[in-house]
Amino acid sequence: MNTPVSVLLFGITRDLTGQSAVSVPVSEGARVSDLLDQLYQEYPKLSGIRSLLVAVNGEYAEVDQVLTSKDEIALIPPVSGG
Amino acid sequence: MISLTSDPIDVASALTYLQSDQAGALDLFLGVVRDNTQERPVDRLEYEAYDRMAISEMQKIADEAHRRWPILRYTIIHRKGVLAIGETAIFIGVATAHRADAFDACRFMIDTIKQTVPIWKKEVFTDGEVWVNAHP
Repeated sequence: MNTPVSVLLFGITRDLTGQSAVSVPVSEGARVSDLLDQLYQEYPKLSGIRSLLVAVNGEYAEVDQVLTSKDEIALIPPVSGG
Repeated sequence: MISLTSDPIDVASALTYLQSDQAGALDLFLGVVRDNTQERPVDRLEYEAYDRMAISEMQKIADEAHRRWPILRYTIIHRKGVLAIGETAIFIGVATAHRADAFDACRFMIDTIKQTVPIWKKEVFTDGEVWVNAHP
């Protein structure tokens, strides 16, 4: 069964998709790596970015972390603060 | 003290906050908008942040610095939004009893902020724009 998760986008990922958040249907028990696969499939331009990390509920997540529809998920392209 | 703000950084009041009778050293780092990148003229920088995480990641860095050095007071202020040439994008201040700790802690903070805090800057040139670090 597919549950949509909402993914916040910033910086170059927001520019490439033209959206500040996207809804991605992932199957129950999906992990961060599954979400990334799906995003790369849906938005092939994302593969031009040097690296993409995922934050879940405001913390950097490992690729094997399981996602739920209640999580606040964000895509983190290479940071460039300071 | 940690903050993420759209307003210009008030360096004078940040300095006042850092001062104490025990502090023999105040080390300040200001990151300022430069007018060129590899000789390509820059018009302005546009900063964007994932606010809640940017603040919590900056707090983690400050906490780690606190564990490593005897810091009396510190402040980290990061700007977001559109910044013109010469504006201060980040202000870091560290107060310690002696200068070596202040220098080391301040350098650790700025170096780590650049690696982990979810803030992004776009360089806007007269003839184009680029998200810094985004491409291989």
